[in-house]
Amino acid sequence: MHRDEIPPGTLYLLILRTLERSGEMHGYEIASSIQRISNDVLQVEEGSLYPALQRMLIKGWATAKWGTTAGNRRARYYQLTAAGRKQLEVEVSQFERVIGAITRVIEAV
Amino acid sequence: MDWLRELARRLNMLLHRRQFDADLEEEMRLHLELRQEEQLQSGVTADDARATARRRFGNTTYIKEESHLAWGWEWFENLAQDVRYGLRMLRKSPGFSTVAILTIALGIGATTAIFSVVDATLLHALPYPEPEQLVSVEDDLPGVGARDVGMSEPEWQDLQRSGIFEYVSPTWFDENNLTGSSQPARVRLLIVAPNYLALLGVKPQMGRAFHPEDHSPGLLEEVVISDSLWKRAFGSDPHILDKSARLDTDLYRIVGVMPPGFDAPGRTAEERNIEVWAATSFYGTPLPDNPPRNRRFLPTAVARLKPGLSTAQAQNRVDALVASLQKQFAGDNPLQSAWSVRLVPLQERVVGNVRQSLILLLGAVALVLLIGSVNVANLLLARASARGREMALRQALGAGRRRLITQLLTESVFLSLLGGIVGLVVLLCTKQYLLRLLPASFPRLTSISISWSVLLFALVSSLVTGAIFGLAPALHAGRVDLTHALKEGARGSTGSGEQARTRRMLVITEFALSVVLMISAGLLLRSFWDLLNVRLGFSPQNVIAVRTRLPAPNFPQNDLYATAAQETPFLREVLRRARTLPGVQEVAIGDTASVPLDQSLRELKVISEGQFFLTFEGRDVQSDQPAAVERSSVTPNYFRLLGISLLRGRFLGESDDDKAPQVAVINEAFARTYWPNQDALGRRFKRNRAGAPWITVVGIIANARTESLAELGVPQIYLSLYQSESRRLTIFLRGHLDAAAIPEQVREQVQAVDPTLPISGSQTLDETVSASLTERRFSMEMVALFALTALLLAGLGIYGVISYMVSERTHEIGIRIALGADRRSILRMVLRQGLGLAIIGAAVGLVAALIVSHLMAGLLYGVRPTDPLTFAGVALLLIGVGLLACYIPARRVLRVDPLVALRHE
Repeated sequence: MHRDEIPPGTLYLLILRTLERSGEMHGYEIASSIQRISNDVLQVEEGSLYPALQRMLIKGWATAKWGTTAGNRRARYYQLTAAGRKQLEVEVSQFERVIGAITRVIEAV
Repeated sequence: MDWLRELARRLNMLLHRRQFDADLEEEMRLHLELRQEEQLQSGVTADDARATARRRFGNTTYIKEESHLAWGWEWFENLAQDVRYGLRMLRKSPGFSTVAILTIALGIGATTAIFSVVDATLLHALPYPEPEQLVSVEDDLPGVGARDVGMSEPEWQDLQRSGIFEYVSPTWFDENNLTGSSQPARVRLLIVAPNYLALLGVKPQMGRAFHPEDHSPGLLEEVVISDSLWKRAFGSDPHILDKSARLDTDLYRIVGVMPPGFDAPGRTAEERNIEVWAATSFYGTPLPDNPPRNRRFLPTAVARLKPGLSTAQAQNRVDALVASLQKQFAGDNPLQSAWSVRLVPLQERVVGNVRQSLILLLGAVALVLLIGSVNVANLLLARASARGREMALRQALGAGRRRLITQLLTESVFLSLLGGIVGLVVLLCTKQYLLRLLPASFPRLTSISISWSVLLFALVSSLVTGAIFGLAPALHAGRVDLTHALKEGARGSTGSGEQARTRRMLVITEFALSVVLMISAGLLLRSFWDLLNVRLGFSPQNVIAVRTRLPAPNFPQNDLYATAAQETPFLREVLRRARTLPGVQEVAIGDTASVPLDQSLRELKVISEGQFFLTFEGRDVQSDQPAAVERSSVTPNYFRLLGISLLRGRFLGESDDDKAPQVAVINEAFARTYWPNQDALGRRFKRNRAGAPWITVVGIIANARTESLAELGVPQIYLSLYQSESRRLTIFLRGHLDAAAIPEQVREQVQAVDPTLPISGSQTLDETVSASLTERRFSMEMVALFALTALLLAGLGIYGVISYMVSERTHEIGIRIALGADRRSILRMVLRQGLGLAIIGAAVGLVAALIVSHLMAGLLYGVRPTDPLTFAGVALLLIGVGLLACYIPARRVLRVDPLVALRHE
């Protein structure tokens, strides 16, 4: 099955949205969730999640704390902050503006 | 405030770096394991599951690094790493580290010490509020060649009302006799306008200042005293404000005590250590009721400018005012005297005397620091070639050129900071001792401290020094040729031609800088030597001068010494009694200006009595301006006591008293200046003042260096003390005297005549002569010390280079010897190389020294700035030191065993 690379610059958007929907998640869950919801079309190079998560922590969009998984293993859970929600809006509207523009270019006769 | 929170998060990460890395690793491991388990469930083998998980995850090491770098602490971690590494390197070669750190410590310590003096005196504003508004007001009469002549009372009023100044206060230094406590004492008094303390903006620690708007006639019957006088003369009496002080027999109420450490803004140490402030509006008894415009009896003045006015703006307005006053009162201000008023920042008046010497010292010490840096750069270069292999290896393993340079620069800056800290610690420990090296008359001595600005200076100069001496080795390391270095590395040395060139350049620089310093020191030393050996024209040996002072009460009816006729019996009685003291052979009395070479006394006399203007008989008063001259009043025996020789006519005599016509003895310079090509004997002159009597020249004496050691031909007049009233007296005694006992013995004799008189300032004339050189001696000694240090460093520098060269070429030398070369000729070859460096360095230095020595011409005496002897001497000395420094390591070639040398491979 063919998998598409995610468009550049949208990684934050995907992570933020995923976290917004599910509240708390650890890295593996985020990666799996993105893949599942996109019907296996969007494939994140899973490792690249981690530097992105670090940058989100620095910016204060997310916080992290250690907890235990269902299988009783230690995992770091990430959660959105108010700043993260605001950033999500920014990213979404930016994305829609870009997609809208691209669509208009494609559909123009 | 977002950035603040972000910074806090970043800092938190920095503090918990290890935990951070562990956390990251753990969560990545969990991720891989979960993915692996997921794959296993889809039925693949364990190996395939692991491989898929890894492939989908990506390069873990790279991702870890990326996550770590995101926090932006790379530079810090590199720095910490470099510093740790640097520390290890320092520990590994303790010899090198010690030499480098001590060299830098010496340079930074000495530079910081001099800077702390510069900082306190030249850079720090005076310790009064809004110090930039404070100026000294100085009147000049350039038309008659007179400077700083003082102002008249009406002129003071004009300035006060001009709208340019907040306040103007004349200041009048005087001495007074404080009586009433156990022993009569001389106190330093400053007579000021009532606005003076308000003008400076200082308040007493106890009591009050004068009322600034007071304009009542005569002297106010109140005084403010200094903290030290309060402690010394009044035993810190807490009820001092209810007490009175008797000064020159007049009674004053003490209304205030100034805070400790308050220094008056004066030019000399005497003027700065005021003990009593008295206030007057400069009219009314004992002063004239309507002081005339042509009497400049207010010697000095300070003022505070109106807020917002710059000194230049104020100067423009003062110039305009002076021009209009000149027109309005043309009779009192003759056009040809070209009266002008200068506003000088008060700071300048206080520290102006020492500016040039301080700048000289700062320059000298900066040169020492620079030479030290060059030395350390040389050491580092030598070490860098030993470390060439390490650098090449690092580069081969992928370290960037930039990273290597940063690493080496970090090491050198670290080294230099260590040196700076050592220097600073030594400075702090020896501060008390070092401060004692400064002449006691130095301005603002108490404000010298290791302040924040001094610490900042030490820090910045350490950083800059480290960067300077680290630059050359670092740049070299960045330019390593990999293959070559690794190959050659097998032999353990990589002395590339380029590095050797840089090292030679550094040694040449060092020599050139040392030559500049040595020549400066040599010129100052020669000046000083010449001054010590000038023919004085008088003999100071076995003479002690003791001072006393007759009181000048405000009301004439209380004045026991109002006229020369009243004073003469006192003088004769003191002379008679002093002659009976043990060991005394000769006695004379003079005023304070008669003490040879005491510049501060001389200045005080002018400050408190004004300048002495003369007119000459038979000359047109209109075309011939009155001349300001130096004069002393002395008793007849003065000349014989000081061994001054008579050229023509006669000395003053006992009969030249108030009943006889006024006479004077002049020196040759005076005769030459005012009666060129004529016989001065019998000529007459008088003070430029209404009713002043004619004074006849009765004798001409040889010139003597009584004014300053550097000047022989200063015109001088000596009047008879019996004919001129002078209250500040100096008693000169010659003989085999007990310097310790003399003050008490003289006090007994003087107080037997008048028990209210104080005795002060007992000093041998030898001490006075030596003291007159204090400031010169200080600059000379400091520069000489720095020059010696420079010489030592330059010697070490060339020693290091030659010794390195010899050890590097041991192999080659071994081959030459094995092939039959003469050891002596090899020695000569090595020495020639060192000599070449020294000669080029000395030549460059001589040119630079020519420029520098002209800048310091003002500090020289008797030698020209281009003095060939000094220049040649220093060049030879330096080349000699260079040769010696080369010889020690070069001698090793004589002992080279060709077998061992070849095995050296």
